[in-house]
Amino acid sequence: MSSSANTTTIGPMGAPSRRNTELALLVFAVLIPVFAYVNVGLAKEGTVPAGVFGYAAGLGLLAGIAHFMVRKFAPYADPLMLPIATLLNGLGLVLIWRLDLEPSITTPRLGGAMAPGQLMWSTLGIALFLGVLFFLKDHRVLQRYTYISMVVALILLILPMFFPARFGARIWITIPGVGSLQPGEFAKIIIAVFFAGYLMVKRDALALASRRFMGMYLPRGRDLGPIIVIWALSLMILIFETDLGTSLLFFGLFVIMLYVATERTSWVVFGLTLSAVGAVAVASFASHVQSRVHNWLNPLELQDGGVTETAQAMYTFGAGGILGSGLGQGYSRLIGGIAPKSDYILATVGEELGLTGVMAVLVLYALLIERGMRTALAARDPFGKLLAVGLAGAFALQVFVVAGGVTGLIPLTGMTLPFLAQGGSSVIANWALVAILLRISDTARRPAPAPAPSTDAEMTQVVRT
Amino acid sequence: MNKPLRRVAIFCGLLILALLIRVNWVQFVQADELQSDKHNRRVAIERYSVPRGDIIVDGKAITGSTTTDSGDFKYKRTYKNGEMWAPVTGYASQVYDANQLEKLYDGILTGNDDRLFFTNTIDMLTGKEKTGGQVVTTLNAKAQKAAFEGLGDKKGAVAAINPSTGAILALASAPSYDPSDIAGMSEEEGENYQKLLKDPDKPMHNRALRETFFPGSTFKVVTAAAALEHGLIDDIDARTDTPDPYILPNTQTELKNDGPHPTCEKGSLREALRVSCNTVFGKIGADLGRDKLVETAKKFGFNNSEIDTPVRAGRSNVSTEMDKPQTALSAIGQFETAATPLQMAMVTAAVANDGKLMQPYMVDELRAPNLNVIEQTSPEEMSRPLSPENAQKLQSAMETVVEKGTGTAARIPGVTVGGKTGTAQRGVDNSEKPYAWFISYAKTDEGSPVAVAVVVEDSDAARADISGGGLAAPIAEDVMRAVLKK
Repeated sequence: MSSSANTTTIGPMGAPSRRNTELALLVFAVLIPVFAYVNVGLAKEGTVPAGVFGYAAGLGLLAGIAHFMVRKFAPYADPLMLPIATLLNGLGLVLIWRLDLEPSITTPRLGGAMAPGQLMWSTLGIALFLGVLFFLKDHRVLQRYTYISMVVALILLILPMFFPARFGARIWITIPGVGSLQPGEFAKIIIAVFFAGYLMVKRDALALASRRFMGMYLPRGRDLGPIIVIWALSLMILIFETDLGTSLLFFGLFVIMLYVATERTSWVVFGLTLSAVGAVAVASFASHVQSRVHNWLNPLELQDGGVTETAQAMYTFGAGGILGSGLGQGYSRLIGGIAPKSDYILATVGEELGLTGVMAVLVLYALLIERGMRTALAARDPFGKLLAVGLAGAFALQVFVVAGGVTGLIPLTGMTLPFLAQGGSSVIANWALVAILLRISDTARRPAPAPAPSTDAEMTQVVRT
Repeated sequence: MNKPLRRVAIFCGLLILALLIRVNWVQFVQADELQSDKHNRRVAIERYSVPRGDIIVDGKAITGSTTTDSGDFKYKRTYKNGEMWAPVTGYASQVYDANQLEKLYDGILTGNDDRLFFTNTIDMLTGKEKTGGQVVTTLNAKAQKAAFEGLGDKKGAVAAINPSTGAILALASAPSYDPSDIAGMSEEEGENYQKLLKDPDKPMHNRALRETFFPGSTFKVVTAAAALEHGLIDDIDARTDTPDPYILPNTQTELKNDGPHPTCEKGSLREALRVSCNTVFGKIGADLGRDKLVETAKKFGFNNSEIDTPVRAGRSNVSTEMDKPQTALSAIGQFETAATPLQMAMVTAAVANDGKLMQPYMVDELRAPNLNVIEQTSPEEMSRPLSPENAQKLQSAMETVVEKGTGTAARIPGVTVGGKTGTAQRGVDNSEKPYAWFISYAKTDEGSPVAVAVVVEDSDAARADISGGGLAAPIAEDVMRAVLKK
């Protein structure tokens, strides 16, 4: 359609679908990890790894299928998200495979090689991604499940308390025959659905029925209820599951969504005050929080004559310098255990790909988050807006909490870096998260329905936000 | 809802920005500091990732490298005749770091020194495997062997210097240890290290360089030098007015000689040195006074805590706060006087070199892996404790000691040898076994090629038999012979 025909009114043409852009980007998103894979093989064993064709074909096939599904079921979806997720997931697979090649952290006791498992989880994740695109024709359907979501999220959050703690945190559940899952990863999405539904209904009450006090709108007591409940819940997660990251994530998520829904800064102030109170209260009696803060303030301190994990992570980042040691040539295994594959995977990026590589990865995350925020801005319905900002915000908080913890910006909390880190629940949940964002953006960017042919007056009524 | 949404977007942007700034801080600003942190295992991994360069004596390597399969480290240090060379090389351990030459020249030996950057870059471009550079020492293998074997099972040390250059020729310490035993990271090597630490004989101490002993009578050479330099004595054969016994000034304490030495009464300097009169030197010390004695001792290297060979030598001491009777005692090597074997070798060397003390050193050259010389040590004068005339007078007196005095055990036919014995009494009322000292030099027509100091701290010899002349002089003789090739 020529542009000259549409200079005065907004017609049905809308935004271009950008599916070809996505395809072109996907080619890069597959090629880069494949090259990285070859690079690791050359560095570690001096030959092109035998599995490279299988890996290239597998990743290409997954990306291809995902692309065609998007083309068919969400043709107007944002073109950047799928390539970024594919690239991060592909890189994560290469990094885990690369760490699997270190015998000292791939002993049977530590779970052996993890790349095959991660590949399986990634496949499952993409399958879930496709499932969401296929079954969820309109994201507004989720609105119906507001309270069910709440119940499910609560169950998911409380469940790990009945399972033994692993690696110092009670965030796992063990399902015989399947393995371990971190329900918190899924709860993050489900709780965003609940918040979006709840706040969409309650936003007017929360925003308007308040008293003005010292230039701020203070909420009414009964409206304070939910925020107090969430605050208490996140504190409970922190105390009983010893999981700093998840509690920070949920509380932050709630404050962000509340702020967007009500447009009241007072909620933010309230949220920050409450989280500060909670943090101080917990930190004053929970020893594991204190030790994390202590490690954060004294990263290089020795403990029992030995180097701490925190110090090892700092050394790992330092060792990389600007350009890094090259894939396969670093010593991030010194961090010990399976930590380099999971929580500390960014450290491997830092050592082997250098500052350049870490910044590239962070920018990829930034882009993904920014596309999520754009989706929220573009969404036409408040539920979609809230859900998109919630998902993108949760993603941003998670990246910040993990990357900030690993690099020593903030105290360390055990969470997985989306797509990059080893972890089945994480990779599956994040693919689902991207799928929902894609669905919302498809709805948002889809052209308005064609107007009735001859009535000019009606055409001007199509307002795009 | 778009306004708060934009703010949230900006907030998320700020989070990412904070992360970006943080990684720049860690990986750019702090990187160097983190990379070289002593607890960073990468430093050790890097150190042992290439064959370590060798320490060379007489053109032959006294060290080596072998591959290991012990975890992170690819190569392990080995030593040839490690016990004998330990006081020179120090050790390089995968677990316990390194010391002495191994530590000081770690950069050269691992090939990581900045000065090797150029050759390393060339090697990298031409695909040559990286190796370490070499440290070429000044030591004389035969002299070292003579010193180490001379000490045998005894406890003690030997230091030998070339007086005209200051080059260290021998540096032996006994009992010693084999650095190969602690080079790796096996459990056994860990036990070896603990055993060495706990050994009451302290085999890991570098006695030749870093331990101080009472120098006893050997210090009389310093006192004699001070007397000559400060004009107290001009003619070494002129009689002094020393009574026997000599009453320490301001006290009732008698200073006696070690046995009946009738020639000590009013003895000349030559005679006093020959039979080692305490009375004569005690009086010289008291007459000279503290400041003059200390001044000369300082010129010889005493009270200097920065004698770097380049391994830093222990600080030899002469008290600067003693009173008159204490000065008299110090003059015969007692009171707070303490000296390293190296220090006494320096004293001898300065006398033998006509009064000129050369800076002692034991590293001749540093070489890049391709054997290009990247640093060459040139002999340096350290000080002039004696004028040439006074030095020759003192030489004459020391030669008398060997010809017909206490040091006859060190005589070498056809060679002029000067020396001084010492039997340093220790403990309250002389209760512990004394140290047996001998310092000497050999002289040929072209000057003196060797000055040596020997101390035997302890031995199985019966107490009465412990004397500088009897225990230490034969070792010194062997070392001098080795250098002279006789």
